[in-house]
Amino acid sequence: MKRSNAPIFWALFGAGGMLSALIGGVLVIITGLAAPTGMGLPGDTLSYAKVLAFTQSWPGKLALFVVISLFLWHAAHRIFHTLHDLGIHAGLVARLLCYGVAAAGTLASIVALLQVA
Amino acid sequence: MKAAPRTIRIEVLRYRPEQDKEPVVQGFDVPFTDDMSVLQGLQYIKDEFDGTLSFRWSCRMAICGSCGMMINGVPKLSCSTFLRDLYPNTVRVEALAHFPIERDLVIVLDDFITKLHKIKPYIIPKEPRALSQGEYLQTPEQMAQYEQFSACINCMLCYAACPQYGLNSSFIGPAAMALVHRYNLDNRDGGRAERDPYVHSEEGVFNCTAVGYCSEVCPKDVDPANAVNINKTESAKDYFLRFLKPKGAQA
Ligand code: SF4
Ligand code: FES
Repeated sequence: MKRSNAPIFWALFGAGGMLSALIGGVLVIITGLAAPTGMGLPGDTLSYAKVLAFTQSWPGKLALFVVISLFLWHAAHRIFHTLHDLGIHAGLVARLLCYGVAAAGTLASIVALLQVA
Repeated sequence: MKAAPRTIRIEVLRYRPEQDKEPVVQGFDVPFTDDMSVLQGLQYIKDEFDGTLSFRWSCRMAICGSCGMMINGVPKLSCSTFLRDLYPNTVRVEALAHFPIERDLVIVLDDFITKLHKIKPYIIPKEPRALSQGEYLQTPEQMAQYEQFSACINCMLCYAACPQYGLNSSFIGPAAMALVHRYNLDNRDGGRAERDPYVHSEEGVFNCTAVGYCSEVCPKDVDPANAVNINKTESAKDYFLRFLKPKGAQA
């Protein structure tokens, strides 16, 4: 019997799900509502200078990388399985599309983060 | 004082391979009393209206697991589902979903039986044991580890409930996983390594998407979904940590 390689995707899915459950909502509120409107946060929280400084620091790079990539892997897995539930068993094509986007996003985030010196 | 019998309409999905190209619905008006189950309704039909109606049953007390069928679209044991609770609506009775129909309400259960064989649902001793060593002793705590999962009566309601099994019947499925878990958790058993390859395989636990309907329909509170999901974690741990294990060590 061929061993399933699902644990890789399942672990990324689980980690992303856990992370998004813990901080996803808060991030939406901070970046989407509080910071732009200045409600409860100083108006310059997401100013170019501050975001640049955050991105230049290693902890900042790591945080951004983890959030971007794990959220993507979580979404990819969820979408792939939902397609299957809906009766779309595109198999390899669906797999490549879903996980390919996550892999590409992961790579792109690494490249982008490393470029910000 | 006994109430006069009422009459309930039972629609049965019939399939008689020698005459039906595909399953057809046949309705019967069945007089019933408050103590009658859906199974007894079917027996009434067989006795009074049509002796060719086929269905499986044995114990009539929710323990043999033979009488599972779709009742108004939900997998249920027909012997523990009562007509009085369905009245005055029409009752629709069909063969268990996701299985091929052999005849009327009788399904072909070869797939499940094959899976049952594959998981080795019996105690595989850790080491050979002589009769003179006497019986195994087990503490209540040791028994509590697996007891819930040993309550499975192989009724297959969970397979009829599982959308993933419906989409891909090569999936090991809920009850077989509950039984894998039952034996793996038994301190007398040493067979995990023999069961693991199937659990870890492409037909194994990871086909489950945590829907949970299997546990909802289970008449014995086995909670097969729990067994499946615990084993996803176990399987993933093994996947990543197997290289750290000394050769030949047991999981
Ligand atoms: S786990 Fe429950 S529903 Fe599934 S076969 Fe066993 S008793 Fe029936
Ligand atoms: S007849 Fe045995 S479980 Fe229903």
